[in-house]
Amino acid sequence: MEATIEVAGLRKRFGRVLALDGMSFTVTPGRVTGFVGPNGAGKSTTMRVIAGLDAPDEGSALVGGRPYRSLRNPLGHLGALLDAGALQPGRTGRDHLLWLAHSQGLTARRVGEVVELVGLGSAARRRAGGYSLGMRQRLGVAAALLGDPPVLMLDEPFNGLDPEGIVWMRGLLRSLAAEGRAVLVSSHLMGELQDTAGHLVVVGRGRVVADTAVEDLIAAASGGRVEVRTAGRPEAMAALASAGATVAATGRDTLVVSGLAAERVVALLTAEAVPFSEVTTYRATLEAAYMDLTRDAVEFRAEAGAFADDARASTGAVAGREAAR
Amino acid sequence: MSTGTDTAAPYRSPLRAGRDGFARLLRAEWTKFRTVRGWVLAMGAAALVTVLLGVLLATGMRTVCSNGPVEIRCPALPTGPGGEAVDDKFYFVYRQLTGDGSITARVTSMAGQIRLPDAVPGVRNVVPGVVPWAKAGVMVKESGEQGSPYAAVMVTGEHGVRMQHDFTHDTAGRPGKVSERSPRWLRLTRTGETLTGYESADGVTWAAVGTVRLAGLPDTVRIGMFAASPGHLTVTQGGISGSSSAMRFAEVTAVFDRVGLEGTAPAGAWSRQDVGVTLGPDGLPHHPGGLVESGGTFTVTGVGDIAPRLGDAVVETPLTGVAIGLIAVIVVAVTFMTAEYRRGLIRTTLLASPRRGRVPAAKAVVIGAAAFAAGLVAAGVTVPLGTRLLREGGTPVLPVSALTELRVIVGCAAMFAATAVFALALGALFRRGVAAVAAAVVMIILPHILATASVLPVDAAQWLLRVTPAAAFAILQSVPEYPQVIHHYAPAAGFYPLAPWAGLAVLCGYAVLALGLAVFLLRRRDA
Repeated sequence: MEATIEVAGLRKRFGRVLALDGMSFTVTPGRVTGFVGPNGAGKSTTMRVIAGLDAPDEGSALVGGRPYRSLRNPLGHLGALLDAGALQPGRTGRDHLLWLAHSQGLTARRVGEVVELVGLGSAARRRAGGYSLGMRQRLGVAAALLGDPPVLMLDEPFNGLDPEGIVWMRGLLRSLAAEGRAVLVSSHLMGELQDTAGHLVVVGRGRVVADTAVEDLIAAASGGRVEVRTAGRPEAMAALASAGATVAATGRDTLVVSGLAAERVVALLTAEAVPFSEVTTYRATLEAAYMDLTRDAVEFRAEAGAFADDARASTGAVAGREAAR
Repeated sequence: MSTGTDTAAPYRSPLRAGRDGFARLLRAEWTKFRTVRGWVLAMGAAALVTVLLGVLLATGMRTVCSNGPVEIRCPALPTGPGGEAVDDKFYFVYRQLTGDGSITARVTSMAGQIRLPDAVPGVRNVVPGVVPWAKAGVMVKESGEQGSPYAAVMVTGEHGVRMQHDFTHDTAGRPGKVSERSPRWLRLTRTGETLTGYESADGVTWAAVGTVRLAGLPDTVRIGMFAASPGHLTVTQGGISGSSSAMRFAEVTAVFDRVGLEGTAPAGAWSRQDVGVTLGPDGLPHHPGGLVESGGTFTVTGVGDIAPRLGDAVVETPLTGVAIGLIAVIVVAVTFMTAEYRRGLIRTTLLASPRRGRVPAAKAVVIGAAAFAAGLVAAGVTVPLGTRLLREGGTPVLPVSALTELRVIVGCAAMFAATAVFALALGALFRRGVAAVAAAVVMIILPHILATASVLPVDAAQWLLRVTPAAAFAILQSVPEYPQVIHHYAPAAGFYPLAPWAGLAVLCGYAVLALGLAVFLLRRRDA
């Protein structure tokens, strides 16, 4: 069985709201795939469709090549954390895991293992009604890991975690991916996925806005720009412009250069004897890159009528933006 | 940063998965049930409250009888050869018959008197008349003991000629009333253990009414003429305010002639016995029977009945708390389902079992089994303990066979189980605890209360107990209706319109239907 999630052309309408509008992407094993987008972009609905809870109007969602509802021992194929609050308050965390284990033919020993793995410890023997949101998230992750599945799907797992918990969660997600699992993690805050996700599926308005490696996204958002701090601004502008770069003054002694690598900028300025104190390759943060994309998604929303069938609104968006630059 | 590569080997779990069968889903649902303490306690409370209310009722009930002016402990009820409690009270004019033989007599008249409800308060309102099941005829009876085996062929007030034996058996002969111009000849012959009843309009042409076998009938028996009249039943039907019933004194007087006895019997006068007569507060026989004999004509007057006894406490009497216990069962069963919806747990459940139809089925089996156990404990304790306490308090309890008592107990458990399954299904349909509990109570408990609390006319009460899930309460009825016994056969008196298992089947039908609908909707809807 392949450790993948394949989503193709999902459409789903709730009354007058089009929640999914041609959602398509693939989650591959061995890396953490971030599933990001503003609230209401269709992340949770997509995950519910993948898990067979909601039926799409059109399209398909496959886990390891098969629809979830056709799976035997389903928790051995896909571990999902969809709603950490879905607990019976009067039942202990351990007993919650125990009934799930029994439903898959697993034993109490496996429950003990996952309780250790998520660091729930003695809290597992307390009633879940008294759990903090962070403890519920850990319990939810334990439930997702119960069947030791090759595919994991976690909806907003960072919600309610303290800083220590966030570090733990990042490490866990990375190690799960390193074991060869496919890991899909949704978030509405890109910063949470920094240093964790290797690949991103960015969604807006029910479809994929960008499907890209994190490195490519940052590079695209950075746009190959170089910042120069110099006392001789006019000379520097002249020298760089004559070498074919686009130069813009951003302050009394700062410039932004596009179209030249940092090494070429240093070489040119040195050759022309223009004094400079700093040459920096501008690197966008993941957050900034994401804001760029989702701002566009918001713009698309404002012009919904004009862009409803525009290919740019789909996976071609990043390529289109890069070409325009 | 761990970005991984496309060449990374996909993860393989070392866990060994077993067979994905229904049994493990059952186990999961059982784990769900037993790990919420409130549910287990409430199910236990359902049993406990049933037992406690039963014990409370049984210890609170005291019955004393009087023998003349003296208050005594009530005597044990006479029981017939079938083990059931019987009325065995009649006036008997008889001889000892040894070996085979027969008796023949002609009945020329049946008359009597009936006490009606007082028209003027405190003044006895007695009118001439014969109640429908007043009976007079010829009989062979094993002994003078109440409840001993017998066979008789007789004329009745309004049900024509009958052949009856051993209290519960009744065979119809020719219909019609007896009069001077239209007399009935009756004949009863004994051959070993076989008794055959005949009737004739003219004493020439005879027709057999029935043949019965009285196993173990001794060589010497009593043979003779008898008369008996059950009381007159008045049911007061008060519009919406339900009904009440009263049984009043009635006696019958039958005239026999052309009496012929064949076989080995002592000569001389006929013996007489006022079988089962009781003494009034004045120490004299209360409503005694009698015989006037003149020139071969026997005028026999009798009061009482020869029939299965009804109207006393029964083994299900202590089960009065069942309705309250069922409310607890309903609450647990509904919550077992609606808790899934209240906090979105249903999605986790469906992740673990994507084949959706199995989920309500597994939950139904688990809650049904838990409720069955609670019902079995409730009835298994309440029935034996309650009837013992009733009898200790002097209240006679109509005895039933061990098999019938077992049916009441197991049937009660089955009713608990079916109620739980129905309530669970309503929980799945409504997805709201309060609405589902209300619906279940309105459909199962309320009709039963309305029908048995004498607030509805009998017809309406019987209709409710046919069409609503409350019909299941019929499974608790231990003593059946007898067509040959006039009684207030109303739900308020513990008589249900449907047979025990048919009543239970109504509730089961509702449960299966609701569960099927729940499965259908769960399959169709998004979770």
